[in-house]
Amino acid sequence: MASKTPSIRALSRSIRPRAQLRPRCQHQAQCKQYSAAAAGARLNGSVEYDTTPILNHTSKASLANPELPPEIRKGQTKRINLYTAVNEAMRHALQADERVLVFGEDIQFGGVFRCTMNLAADFGTERVFNTPLSEQGLIGFAVGAAAEGMRPIAEIQFADYVFPAFDQIHNEVAKYRYRSGSTGVNCGGLVIRMPSGSVGHGALYHTQSPEALFTHTPGLRVVIPRSPVQAKGLLLSAIRCNDPVIFMEPKILYRAAVEQVPVDAYHLPLDKAEVLKTGKDVTIISYGTPLYTCSAAITAAEKDFGCSVELIDLRTIYPWDRETVLNSVKKTGRAIVVHESMMNAGVGAEVAATIQEKAFLRLEAPVKRVAGWATHTGLMFEQFIIPDVTRVYDAIKQTIDY
Amino acid sequence: MSFRYTSRILRAQRLSGTQTCLNGSRTTAYTPLWQRCRGVASTPNAEKVLFPGALNSEFTDKLDFIQPSQLTAIPTYRVMNQYGEIIDKEIGVETEDEEALQIYKNMVKLSVMDLLMFEAQRQGRLSFYMVSAGEEGISIGSASALHPSDVAFCQYREAGVYLQRGFTLASFMNQLFANAEDNGLGRNMPVHYGSKELNIHTISSTLATQIPHAAGAAYALKMQNMQNPNQTPRVAVCYFGEGAASEGDFHAALNIAATRQVPCIFVCRNNGYAISTPTSDQYRGDGIASRGAGYGIATLRVDGNDIFAVRRATKAARDLALTNGGQPVLVEMMAYRVGHHSTSDDSFAYRQRVEVEDWKRRDNPITRLRKWLEGRSLWNDEMEKDLRSATRKEVLKAFEEAEKAKKPSIRNAFEGVWEELTEEQRAHVAEMRDVMRRYPGEYDVGAFEGGMDGLDELVEGKKSSKA
Repeated sequence: MASKTPSIRALSRSIRPRAQLRPRCQHQAQCKQYSAAAAGARLNGSVEYDTTPILNHTSKASLANPELPPEIRKGQTKRINLYTAVNEAMRHALQADERVLVFGEDIQFGGVFRCTMNLAADFGTERVFNTPLSEQGLIGFAVGAAAEGMRPIAEIQFADYVFPAFDQIHNEVAKYRYRSGSTGVNCGGLVIRMPSGSVGHGALYHTQSPEALFTHTPGLRVVIPRSPVQAKGLLLSAIRCNDPVIFMEPKILYRAAVEQVPVDAYHLPLDKAEVLKTGKDVTIISYGTPLYTCSAAITAAEKDFGCSVELIDLRTIYPWDRETVLNSVKKTGRAIVVHESMMNAGVGAEVAATIQEKAFLRLEAPVKRVAGWATHTGLMFEQFIIPDVTRVYDAIKQTIDY
Repeated sequence: MSFRYTSRILRAQRLSGTQTCLNGSRTTAYTPLWQRCRGVASTPNAEKVLFPGALNSEFTDKLDFIQPSQLTAIPTYRVMNQYGEIIDKEIGVETEDEEALQIYKNMVKLSVMDLLMFEAQRQGRLSFYMVSAGEEGISIGSASALHPSDVAFCQYREAGVYLQRGFTLASFMNQLFANAEDNGLGRNMPVHYGSKELNIHTISSTLATQIPHAAGAAYALKMQNMQNPNQTPRVAVCYFGEGAASEGDFHAALNIAATRQVPCIFVCRNNGYAISTPTSDQYRGDGIASRGAGYGIATLRVDGNDIFAVRRATKAARDLALTNGGQPVLVEMMAYRVGHHSTSDDSFAYRQRVEVEDWKRRDNPITRLRKWLEGRSLWNDEMEKDLRSATRKEVLKAFEEAEKAKKPSIRNAFEGVWEELTEEQRAHVAEMRDVMRRYPGEYDVGAFEGGMDGLDELVEGKKSSKA
């Protein structure tokens, strides 16, 4: 299954976890990548984290971000990966506010993805602690703590295991402020972190991206960062935000995505999409890991077809930034939405419907959705199910040829 | 210097401190062996193997299953018998006469309100109602023994907790009618009361979800108690029925409450039924109390018809919950659900009328306390008659006022979902307002405070004065 291109080897090395998967199935951590690109592939397998324009490879590029406050832009950066960025956001939050608590399954030793490394030792096990293995219990516990004024950051070990807590999230977390009416009581201090998305060998229960289920719940905010800089800034905003936030971390990026990140604490907006690359012929709207796929596909498509593609990172999946997306589509006249989770009733359906409704007269082609197929991610079949560079490349071709 | 490097330095400095606060202010003397020993290694010369999952388990060469059927049922604590006589006269009731009278009046008030509101629902003046008949003692008795700053989470049959803490008849009626004065801003079904001032969280219909909330709230209180030693230490108290205890949230909550050692009192109202389901279809163990020990939680079973037992048990549970930096306590209060489950239920479809009549006549918390009061010449038939008629008038007055009040502003349909109104919501309000303007005959907005103005304010982005 080994690929001949060095970049893929580098990728598989960088995402090979030391303690990546839940202890229940730790044997997988030592396993080879089951789902990998064909040996001679030209499009698939060309995602190069070392050179991708999605990441800030230099300090200068990172500090040029106009969303950063001036004092941060004058400050220092350092090269870290996504799990370290998440760790640093929580460290800043724990330092800044004694109401912040961090807990979940296997948090205390550092977490199975190392996101909580050293936090228990530095801030005490009263504030950073293990909970029993019960998702509904730990989220319910977090709701109560938040409703009494704490700011808990609860971790679900994998987004695939959030469903036991679905009732707590949908009926309690999301409705607490609304049903409490004029008493003003709410659990807005709550952040629920969860690793999500595909890793190449996660099969049915270490691959899912259930964001669409939460975007159908009023009262929640759903955030998915694409990189270490984004993860740190968005997580700090999520912790500060007075609405409950579902913060989904693309776990394949924990080690793979490395970039220059400002050292100090900073906040990124929770209501803005970001145009990563401007273009004039097609708009691609995506979030999280597929942005790297899209970026690679755009490079190939622009070279092959001479087109110009605009790439938008949604960042906050709900409530989402309609304005940025619509402005872009009104300009390009074509749109493609890309996400890993299944197509039917996915985030793409909402984005496509909104574009159809609000930019109908500007559309020159149907809005294309590149998403997971209507199946589960069987271990050996992930490469065929999760959108890859080829499918995005082909979607660009079909859309501009329409 | 990297961030990581900094954290290593910090960690080295704080290691000793971390050890001492590992289990909060729990002292080692009270911590069971299996909780203290974390790292366990077996040496070749070890006398016995210590499994980390059960450290103080002795080996046995007898193969004996623990048979729940052979265990004696957990006894039910009572202070006074069904004739209102105190069993242990040495200890007495620890309740002043004045306080007993006040509790009695509140129980009567709750029962009068229940009767009237049940009738009001039958007349179609309320959409829904749930009575507390037979369980007034549990809610009122326990609330009377708690500190007003203790945080309460209720299921829905605990109106007595609100009443005892000072929720006014007007507040009850405003909520039932979902009018403009309702704390819930007209969003919740009747009986889903909430009050910030009284430290009672708003009720949700989802059963048992409040149990882990109470555990988490108690953890917040524990940390706040530690951070602010001048404040009166507070506990969280959580009420739920024996049916709700079958939900996964009950298990999750008691387990996490025990592992985090939170000052929380879990009060189970075991009234024999979950709608139509008798307890024989709900569980096969010795009620809910028998589960406490399995979680490592101090547990007591109490006669819920005995107000003095409820009060004394709650006080003791509160003291225990605050011992050693905090620990959970489970109290199962036994009762009988005299009324129907709700106004949407006719309980005679699944239980004998005679059974209910029997319970009404034989024993209930109100008559039992009345017998005690009469035994001490603190109460008589005439006082009873006066109290009931005065209470009835009071309830009806509040009822009529609440019924006449305007409905809340329509803006409350949208506000409070997020902290601020979202762009999407604003667009939805604008669209809704447009439809309502073009079809004015189809919508009755006159009953709502401010009529269409409520929507205009939202679209134009004016800040709400409420919520």
